[in-house]
Formats: sequence, C-alpha cells, structure tokens
Amino acid sequence: MASTELNAAGDVALPPGASNVEDDIRAWEALERREKWKLMIVRVVLAIVLLSIWEYGTDRWFDALWFSSPLRVLRHLWDWAQDDLLKHLVITLRETFIGYSCGTLLGIAMGVLLARFAFVGRVLDPFILAVNGIPRIALAPLFIIWFGIGEPSKIVLAGLLSFFLCFYATLSGLRSVDPAYVAIARVMGATERQTFFKVVLPAASPWIITAMKIGVPFALVGAIVGEFMAATAGLGWKIQLYTAQFDTTGAVTGVLVLMVVVIMFNTALNRLEAHVLRWRPESSGAAGSDVQ
Amino acid sequence: MMASVKAAHMTERAAAGHAASRDTVISIERVGHVFRTKGRRVQALLETDLRISEGEFLTIVGPSGCGKSTLMNLIVGLFPASTGEILYRGKRHNGVNRSIGYVTQADNLYPWRSLRKNIEFPLELRGVPARERRERSQHLIRRVGLSGFENSYPHELSGGMRQRANIVRTLAYQPEVILMDEPFGPLDAQTRLILQNQLLELWQEEKKTIIFITHDLSEAVALADRVVVMSARPGRIKTVAPVPIPRPRNLFEIHKDERFLATYQALWLSLEDEVKRGAAQWQVQS
Repeated sequence: MASTELNAAGDVALPPGASNVEDDIRAWEALERREKWKLMIVRVVLAIVLLSIWEYGTDRWFDALWFSSPLRVLRHLWDWAQDDLLKHLVITLRETFIGYSCGTLLGIAMGVLLARFAFVGRVLDPFILAVNGIPRIALAPLFIIWFGIGEPSKIVLAGLLSFFLCFYATLSGLRSVDPAYVAIARVMGATERQTFFKVVLPAASPWIITAMKIGVPFALVGAIVGEFMAATAGLGWKIQLYTAQFDTTGAVTGVLVLMVVVIMFNTALNRLEAHVLRWRPESSGAAGSDVQ
Repeated sequence: MMASVKAAHMTERAAAGHAASRDTVISIERVGHVFRTKGRRVQALLETDLRISEGEFLTIVGPSGCGKSTLMNLIVGLFPASTGEILYRGKRHNGVNRSIGYVTQADNLYPWRSLRKNIEFPLELRGVPARERRERSQHLIRRVGLSGFENSYPHELSGGMRQRANIVRTLAYQPEVILMDEPFGPLDAQTRLILQNQLLELWQEEKKTIIFITHDLSEAVALADRVVVMSARPGRIKTVAPVPIPRPRNLFEIHKDERFLATYQALWLSLEDEVKRGAAQWQVQS
C-alpha cells in the first residue's frame, strides 16, 4: 500500500512480469460489472412480476374500482397527457418553485442573521423552539383563509415548509462549526468577514445544502396539500377531484406523475450535492438521504 | 591550559547563556491562568516565567493536562491570561498576535479545501496574488514531499501527510515565531523521525523561533536548544536545561550521542516525579 501511495504522483513502474497484475485487475473489474448487471436484471424482473400480479389480479382477485390496474393507468396517462396534464403539472411546479426559492433564501438569510447576531439568536431561541413545535401542514387551512384559494396560498405553504427547513439547518450548521477552525483562521490573520465567508460558511455548507436538497420535495408536498384543501387547478386538486368522483385510475395516475417528478428532482439534486460536497469523505455522504 | 579554560568557558556560555546572548522575542512574566468549568475553578497555569530568544528552538515537556496547550493559547493571544503578562518584543498585545504562527495538535486543515488551497489559505487572507500563492505553495509542497497530492482533499491524505500540510500552511505566510503543539503526536515512529528531520532543516533554512510542545522527552532533547520541563497541574516551569549538542544534528544517530544521553537522564529525573503526580491526579479524576 505504502509504495503505491508514494508512486501515485507519477507513473507506477511495474516490475517485469507484472502484466499479470493488469490481467487480475481486469478480471476483478469484469466481476464487478457482472455483479452490477445481475442487480439491475433482478430489479427489473421484480418490477415486472409485481406489475403483472397487479394487472392479472385486477377483476379476478380484487375490484378495479379500488385499485385500478397498470394498463388502465397507462391508458389514462396517455389520454390525460393529450388533455390538460401539462397545464396542471406546470401550475403545481410553479407554486413549488416560487415557494421553494423564497422560502429557502429567506430561511438561509434568517439563519445567517441569527447566527451572526448571537445575542438576538439567544433571545429568540425559546420562540424558535415553540414555532418549531407546530406541525406546519396544520397551518394549511389558515393559509387558505388568509391568501385565498388561488396559487398564493400554495406558494406560501410550500415556502413555509422549505423556509423552516433551511432556517433551522443554517442556524444549527453555523452554530456547530468547530471553534478550532475559527481560532486557527484568526491566528492566520483572518478578519471577521474573512472568517465568516471563508471558514464558517463553508464549514456549515453541508447542513445548508442538505436542507436545500430535502426542501424541494418538502415544497412539493406543501403545494399538493394546499391544492387538496381548496384550489381550482394543479395536480393536487386534480387528484382530489378524481378521488371525489371515485376515479381511482385518475388518482393513481396523478400519484404516479408526482412520484416521477420527485424521483427526477432527487436524482438531479443528489448529483448536484455530490459535486458541491465532493470534499467530504464518502461515509458521511449519507447524512442527508432522500426524503420524499 | 589557557585554551581549555577558554573552551570550557565557551561551552558554559553557549549552554546557559543562549537566551541572554540574543534578543528576547517573547517574555512570559508571572503568567497564571484559571479555567472555570461546571462551576469549578481549575488552576491550569501558575506563576510561569520564561524568555524565548530570537531564532531559538525551545521544547516544552510535561505530563498531560499540565497546561502546556494553555500556555500556547495565551502566547498566541487566543484569550488573555488571568494573571501576569506576556510581552512580544517588549510590548503587550491585545487579541491574537499575527506575528506568531500556531501549528495545533489536531491538523485543523479545512476539509472543503484541497491540500494546495489549504496551504494557500493564509496567503489568500493577505491578498497575495494567485500566481505568487501558487508558486509559494508549490515550493513548500515539493519541499515536504507532497507533490502529486495538490488537489487531494484532507480526508484522502494519510495522517503524516496532513500533519506536513498543517506545518507548511503555517510556514507559508512566514510568521516570525511558530508554536507547535505536539505536531507529531499521533504519528508512527518512522514518520515522526522523518518529519522531525524535515522540521529541523526548515528551521535552519528559515531561521524562525520555534516553541515546540511534546510529551516525548527524547523528541524534546533531540530537537531543542533548550528544554523546559513543566510540573503536573497546576502547571509551572520546573526545570530549564540547554542541550549542548551542536547543529546540524543527525536525528537518526543522535540517540547514541553521550551528550544526548546525559541531558536526557538529567531531565528525566526532573520529569519522572511530575509524570507520576500527573498520573495520580488522573486516577482521582476518573
């Protein structure tokens, strides 16, 4: 090990007859690739089996009225896509993003302010704790009263969910920065400002970035719940409408669309996170696992 | 006859008067420090007097918990001493003294910065242009054998590599005095020996004043111009002894040197009691 480490800088000079090593490595890599493929194939097979049971069992073992079926859902998705799926999707996503952007920015700003003005932060600590005790979704009906049944009430709800997430994460992150990092920066000659921007903020960045990542599905939940309550458009409203009409196929299709949207977000955000936080050892990367 | 008297006189002066013959950089005058933890007062440091002169390599040994690190924190000015005062070139200092570099026990490299970026950090703070930063960091990286790892993040480096980076990060901005708090503590014996050698070379090249804390007496003797032995808590200075071994020293052979052995034995007598007293305190605590 030690010698490979030392040689890692330049080319590793292999002793004569070392080509065997190359072959071994190639064989090992092939084995790893095979393992990967095996995993993929088993997963696909499992998905097909589950969907087949669902499709085959419908109207044989259980009533299509309650659970619909994969083919019905596909057909409905096709029809819906020709009709107004895009319109509702765009409305829901718009609510989500406006709410998320405002909530996240305000949350981070507020966290930074309270961390910087430590005295104010201390004063507000018990209040923050109290507000944190409120289940935020429970505020949804109030928001409908305050902001109407249009998009604003959903934007506020989506924003609120991501706000609190980012606010707490930023505040805790900034407060938990290793004091030794700050002390050593001061010793090396950093001003207050440099210490904050070059040491404290980067040290807290995993907290903030993880909160920003989890915030996206949170904001989506906020928008959907708002639409469930009272709305005139949006995916949540549409799912609610289908359910009210006992159209399970429609409702399941709506849920499916949401699932795909969340998976897409998560994949993109995980990539982004892995890139931004590439300096972290892999083991701690699990800190912010997916939340839907 | 005359010559030998003169020679004896010279060695004596070189030994005892090392500090007196050069300018004093730091003088520690009757410094004491009290910590308050959980309502209890702990006297970490008691009536400490010490003068460190320009270009000196001073090592401090003492049992763990004897206030060595506290003394370092006070010298660099991270917090003010409860009693007494510390003068830097004859003047009091409020807050952190930027002429003093501090290599801490934990490497404290910033995990979000690559090796190169970590070493360039103090230069960045001073607004040194990118090109110059790059040159300086590159030189130091090569100097301590870390070439090829410039873009690695700290978690990708071994303990010895991180500690080397930690040391050259402080050398990068050339503080006049460098404090080192057990920088080689967690490393294995071979790595330590190599790093000790590199440190002595760097010290001789850059002509810095170094105060070096260690719990390892043989390391203290091998590196130092003078060795300070501190007592168990409350820490105070028990013995100060010069090391009469000429420079440059060969650290790989120094352990066989008679002068090394004599100094080591004399200091061990002084340290042994303190180590035992320190261990006794330890048992009471736990």
